[in-house]
Amino acid sequence: MQVHKYDVVIVGAGGAGMRAAIESGQRARTAVLTKLYPTRSHTGAAQGGMCAALANVEEDNWEWHTFDTVKGGDYLVDQDAAEVMAKEAIDAVLDLEKMGLPFNRTPEGRIDQRRFGGHTRDHGKAPVRRSCYAADRTGHMILQTLYQNCVKHNVEFYNEYYVLDLLMVDQEVTENGATRLQKRVAGVVSYDLASGELHVFQAKSVIFASGGVGKVYKTTSNAHTLTGDGMGIAFRRGIPLEDMEFFQFHPTGLAGLGILLSEAARGEGAILRNSEGERFMERYAPTIKDLAPRDIVARSMANEVREGRGAGPNKDYVLLDLTHLEPAHIDAKLPDITEFARTYLGVEPYTEPVPVFPTAHYAMGGIPTNIKAEVLQDNDTIVPGLYAAGEVACVSVHGSNRLGTNSLLDINVFGKRAGIYAAEYALSADFVDIPADPLADTVALLDTARSSEGGERVAQIRKELQDIMDANVQVFRTEETLLEALRVIDGLEERYKRISVQDKGKRFNLDLLEAVELGFLLDMAKVMTAAALHRKESRGGHFREDYPTRDDENFMTHSMAYKDPSAVETSGVRLETKPVIFTRYQPMERKY
Amino acid sequence: MSTPTIEKEPASKVELPAGVGGGEIPSFDITLKVRRYNPEVSDEAHWDEWQLTMYGTDRVLDALHKVKWEHDGSVSFRRSCAHGVCGSDAMRINGRNRLACKTLLKDLDTSKPILVEPIKGLPVEKDLIVDMEPFFQSYREIMPFLITKGHEPTRERLQSAEDRERYDDTTKCILCAACTSSCPVFWTDGQYFGPAAIVNAHRFIFDSRDDAGDMRLEILNDKEGVWRCRTTFNCSEACPRGIQVTKAISEVKQAILTRKI
Repeated sequence: MQVHKYDVVIVGAGGAGMRAAIESGQRARTAVLTKLYPTRSHTGAAQGGMCAALANVEEDNWEWHTFDTVKGGDYLVDQDAAEVMAKEAIDAVLDLEKMGLPFNRTPEGRIDQRRFGGHTRDHGKAPVRRSCYAADRTGHMILQTLYQNCVKHNVEFYNEYYVLDLLMVDQEVTENGATRLQKRVAGVVSYDLASGELHVFQAKSVIFASGGVGKVYKTTSNAHTLTGDGMGIAFRRGIPLEDMEFFQFHPTGLAGLGILLSEAARGEGAILRNSEGERFMERYAPTIKDLAPRDIVARSMANEVREGRGAGPNKDYVLLDLTHLEPAHIDAKLPDITEFARTYLGVEPYTEPVPVFPTAHYAMGGIPTNIKAEVLQDNDTIVPGLYAAGEVACVSVHGSNRLGTNSLLDINVFGKRAGIYAAEYALSADFVDIPADPLADTVALLDTARSSEGGERVAQIRKELQDIMDANVQVFRTEETLLEALRVIDGLEERYKRISVQDKGKRFNLDLLEAVELGFLLDMAKVMTAAALHRKESRGGHFREDYPTRDDENFMTHSMAYKDPSAVETSGVRLETKPVIFTRYQPMERKY
Repeated sequence: MSTPTIEKEPASKVELPAGVGGGEIPSFDITLKVRRYNPEVSDEAHWDEWQLTMYGTDRVLDALHKVKWEHDGSVSFRRSCAHGVCGSDAMRINGRNRLACKTLLKDLDTSKPILVEPIKGLPVEKDLIVDMEPFFQSYREIMPFLITKGHEPTRERLQSAEDRERYDDTTKCILCAACTSSCPVFWTDGQYFGPAAIVNAHRFIFDSRDDAGDMRLEILNDKEGVWRCRTTFNCSEACPRGIQVTKAISEVKQAILTRKI
């Protein structure tokens, strides 16, 4: 067994992980473990921009940004966290510019800004130009810039090291006469893809920054590698997952493929039309129309299709119309996404509307943290030394629906915070002893997948999982669809025990990797569905047709999902609640 | 690149032309041949082939997935985003360097077998997976990060839209190695920096905010630097992001000669 020792270990090398590494690496001995290469991370696929109230092109301030974030999340946002994010957004953008990020510029040479869904002037009066951007490849520029600065600061990467387990110990703590179990972090177990060897990384601090879980769905903007590993590892080790019923469907995925076309298209003036050529968003959000938040636009699109106004031979999508925009303007501001339409659908956006339909995009929920990015083991207790940031985490700045651009912001603000706090903790703390036989669970996991001869195929089970999630846990949900999904997932879990992996080798065994990833996907699909069953109301990205209104009296709370085999009704997922933090804004009806 | 205001509201309702959004998507049959190599099994490489029925919007990556998921799980290749932005799946497809996720099957000659091999010039680890470390080593050597002198401003550095445009093309690089591994000089001399490292040096040399252009030009004036380039244009043809790689290399050569950026 190979053991490495670091002050701080970061799991994941996307935006949040590398932003954390830049801070942590300058303060404490830090290693970054990624199952990819850092520049392959999915931050690079983000397009439209990163909002901050720089007020470079028109009046703006961070309090308006906070309000938009809270309202956009349908008041389930923790308002202390939203304030931190909107306030620190300004420095987060300026930090990136100083690191070299090539933002688009105004005629005066300042960072240019444009409109984005749900971002408004003065509490909803009109759209505001708040998104700082680099054409429609802002995420690419952020990922490259952060990697460049990691190279500058000699950050130590372990590429293609897939983290499979979190090592923790339970310590008895006596407080006010009562004894409770306190989790403490000791390190992680990682699988080196090139050699097939297991490595233990002992660390005082561990930061999870491993991204989302979009591959539970068939139609998704997410990379193949976004399989909920970080969330899954934490959940299996007894950490709860917060607000997992809230998953964002981005309105404009290329129809049938799910490839993302940025909301920046609508920010630059593109509009949605149904088969009758009607700009239908005028009916659903009369004030800001096509720039309404994503949950509202996605539901409106799905509704148009359900009511028979879908376009195409099967009437199963709507159209994104850019034909009234100047081709030169499209080339300057939206070069990549128009290229996607040409490459993958053969559609010329200058002259033809582009077929689009909602695509699974972003998990609002995740590993619960406070505003110092410290992970919570229950509503109030942190796990010393354990941190999470980015899509894997739930801090919660997105509540029940994330506004566009706020994810690139989230990874920068809370990635930076995680890096600083994790390093500071590591400098003041001692190593926790690695538990006895630290590889046991990981070896069992891998051996089961490798040696089973059951004949079930990973790809087939994954396809059936994605099909049921697309059909039953999508934009519209009911108790009936959710119960059916849980039943199907339970059956798939049974079959998962009998999978066989064809590749029996040690070297780059990606067949085995996919089998392990499927295990995490099944766990996460179960948690998402059980949490969706539990929330008998409609809020933000979670719409229950059997409970179509928001119910603040009973559900103005976060959900907390714990692994609990005794919760048989909900497939081993026990649901509790956690209060929402309010500072300035009382819930109001959400209209745009 | 300033923000124009869209003053005119688009029409609430328009007449859509007939057949908008396209019709039914056809399916067709292909033969996929993949160059296999696994030193755990044999020191020799060999070809395997499969007959597959594919769909009109499918890419080479979809065909590889169909093989891996339905026929032979041991076929190994890297991939992640599957739409041409992460740079994981550069490979040689019918003798040309392409991203598998950006190459539509219908755009290839499907009457003949489609040949898929690993990119050249980097050590093959298994099937289509190569050792990327030499590639990233060259990248790190050109100091791929902004270097500035003097005090840091409190707000952003100013940069005119024209100055920003000057290096726009080379900011698009996704480090997929399609260019470097298409270069005949790199195939014979692994010490050569290669096009991708020069592209990333260009991105900083021509950034008006950067103060280390001279240092980078000195690095690229080395015997393994830009002068090894034979201007074969393979790199420009290979780039999945449409970067004019050879032009960028020429601009760096010119800057070394004139010491003017």
